[in-house]
Amino acid sequence: MSEIQAEVKKICQTCGNDRAKMMDIVRAVQQKFGQVSSEAMNLIAKCVGCHRVEVESVVSFYAFLSKKPKGKVVIRLCNDVVDKMAGVDAIAEAFKKELGIDFGRTTPDGKISLEYTPCIGMCDQAPAAIINDEVITYLSTDKVKEIVADIKKHYDPSKLKHRLGDGNNADELVHSCVHNGLRKKGQVIFADYKSEAGLKNALAVSPVEVINVVKTARLRGRGGAGFPTGIKWQFTRAAAGEKKYILCNGDEGEPGTFKDRVILTERADMLFEGMTIAGYAIGAENGILYLRGEYNYLRKLLEKILQNRRDKNLLGKNILGKQGFNFDITIQVGAGAYICGEETALISSCEGLRGDPKTRPPFPAQKGYLECPTAVNNVETLCCVTRILEMGAAWFAESGSKGSPGTKLLSVSGDCKLPGVYELPFGVKVKDLLKDVGAQDAQAVLIGGPSGQIIGQNDYNRTICYDDLATGGAVVVFGPERNMIDIAAQYMEFFVEESCGYCTPCRVGNVLLKKYLDKILAGKGEPEDLDILQKLGESIKLTSRCGMGQTSPNPVLTTLKNFRKNYESKVKKVSDGMQPTFDIRAALADGEAIAKRKSVIFTK
Amino acid sequence: MSDQITFTIDGVSIKGKPGQTILQAADEAGIYIPRLCYHPELAPHGSCRVCTVLVNGKPQAACTQPISEGMTVENDTPELKEHRCNIIDMLFIEGNHFCMFCEKSGNCELQAVAYRLGILAPKFSYLFPKKDVDATHPDIFLDLNRCILCGRCVEASKNVDGKGAFEFVGRSIEKKIAVNAEANLKDTNLAVTDKAADVCPVGTINKKRTAFAVPIGKRLYDKKPIGSEIEERKK
Repeated sequence: MSEIQAEVKKICQTCGNDRAKMMDIVRAVQQKFGQVSSEAMNLIAKCVGCHRVEVESVVSFYAFLSKKPKGKVVIRLCNDVVDKMAGVDAIAEAFKKELGIDFGRTTPDGKISLEYTPCIGMCDQAPAAIINDEVITYLSTDKVKEIVADIKKHYDPSKLKHRLGDGNNADELVHSCVHNGLRKKGQVIFADYKSEAGLKNALAVSPVEVINVVKTARLRGRGGAGFPTGIKWQFTRAAAGEKKYILCNGDEGEPGTFKDRVILTERADMLFEGMTIAGYAIGAENGILYLRGEYNYLRKLLEKILQNRRDKNLLGKNILGKQGFNFDITIQVGAGAYICGEETALISSCEGLRGDPKTRPPFPAQKGYLECPTAVNNVETLCCVTRILEMGAAWFAESGSKGSPGTKLLSVSGDCKLPGVYELPFGVKVKDLLKDVGAQDAQAVLIGGPSGQIIGQNDYNRTICYDDLATGGAVVVFGPERNMIDIAAQYMEFFVEESCGYCTPCRVGNVLLKKYLDKILAGKGEPEDLDILQKLGESIKLTSRCGMGQTSPNPVLTTLKNFRKNYESKVKKVSDGMQPTFDIRAALADGEAIAKRKSVIFTK
Repeated sequence: MSDQITFTIDGVSIKGKPGQTILQAADEAGIYIPRLCYHPELAPHGSCRVCTVLVNGKPQAACTQPISEGMTVENDTPELKEHRCNIIDMLFIEGNHFCMFCEKSGNCELQAVAYRLGILAPKFSYLFPKKDVDATHPDIFLDLNRCILCGRCVEASKNVDGKGAFEFVGRSIEKKIAVNAEANLKDTNLAVTDKAADVCPVGTINKKRTAFAVPIGKRLYDKKPIGSEIEERKK
């Protein structure tokens, strides 16, 4: 048996030759061999009893998996909008120079690959990169030189020398240079709390009463959509099905969002307590934390905390003496796909499939993970649950604004003096937030990430809450010198890359939006193009299959609305009747090259 | 539970059965809702989005949305037609469709829906992508230039033929159909008699030596527009 045969077989065996564990299998194979080769696909298919093309289907979907060989070390430089504003282009040049290769390439010795990756959740310490699982922040051209020289000594990113961050980032299991960047603690998530008091209170009453407490607190989902958590649980509890699941969405992928990173680093116990309460409430024995691949550096710490909880009977059988209440939590690591933050795509990914969203109905509460009733909740939402059960529904409902009780973690980055995580009561005015973060001269603010809205100064009196400016937590500030059409184009590029490709409007429509923006940025835009952008955007919004597609045109639609003048000053009517995008020289280039002479008619 | 569900499409009262989708109930009632990825004998895929309707004002795919008592469905409106035309245009420009020398012309559902909606040429510029053609199989050839990713062949091969000869690979605009083999269609167990070889709405999966058995001019949609067969059911 060859090495690859033996290893792949072993990996599959460790995962119980289970088709549903495909993500773990292909991740392990990728890590071991730097690729999931054609041969490996055949072997995996044989071991788990599926078709070979199904394995290829999964591998080809996720950015961190590849059929072609990658280096032992993979440097993924984050090229998010915020990193670009922080000067990532110079960093990129430095990496290219030091490694002698372009992006998307591997060094000739096959040891180091260089790639771009979208937002890795480090916007407050940009520019940043992930090297295998190691996160390196605050990159400078000098630092790049040091990193490359250091790596070439051992080709082991875990041996990279760097300073340690604060809090649990300095824990030996994390050993990361990431800083928490926690600027403001509020009264829910980052206040001092009595650990396990919430769980004990929950177990003292019936599951239905727990759901009622969460309903009375009027807790709504913190991921952005704002669905009432208690009602979601009620549906899941009431749904027919022997096995039920609670899934925690830790796939924080919305560009500009990094608040869950801080929760997972400093408040993992609070999160797991909330998941346990949720499990009790809906009648689940299993919970899964879906951790985005970019946060894999936190996995060992999270596993240790889970083990501590098992040791203390906070997980396991008859939890805290409550007869018949058995619950445990596993971690599913992702592999680089924004769409997996969409709840049904997250379920697909947990099932070992491509991260395609599922058809609704049925909703996850009826048929979710492995066709069982499933509640999917955001990391922050589940932390709120712990606190609500500890302090009571009234305590929670009285804070925040009328329709939006509680606090919200905001991840602030971009052109501001004090980027970081702010826990603020709902109802805070944009104007006041900008003052706090040192960005009073902001030209524009992105609220809720690119799937949210880009607002201008006229809207700074508006408030952050579900009834006005809803957000999953991303706030990106743009200073007076930024070109907002360019910013919109960059965000559209993100959506083009991250569309799962399932439905037509999101797959093709976003490519078109990006093309029209590029045309305008190149100075070739016509007034009609603004109308086409608007109509295309509306079609994508109305007809897309999932929340990602339905919000993907927002960077275009909200800048068209709030920065109309910027667009209008960039487009002009053509007077000569020619197509402005048609470049005769470019069109003739191939023909001229073949003929080895210049056109005699089009000489200019 | 009542065995009949009453709802309206564009103000017309329709009676459907529990468990039916809007599209199924509309088809039975003789109301045509434009669609592409849907095939009556296969589980709905809901990917093309051409059948998007407004249900109580909210957009839904008619092929996946179950009917419910008293719901109001809007189908034939100028706004929805514009969105549908945009989607059809997108499908044309993301592939390489040359109707004039495609053997599927006249039997092609994409072409037929475009004509029915009054599209003569897409309004967006073509992307002209490079796509693969696979003619290795003795009886079938695959032309991905014309694929609209409807998923019919994937579903039919997996759940009707029990073979899994096709699957989607890649994502975003790079998403495509792949075959269950290291390289070519000939290495799969796909047979010309399979359901999967029979359900392609466009000219992607073609049976060899059959292309012009029916001459142009006498084909399915040459005489009557697509959807007429449904509308003829209306009493």
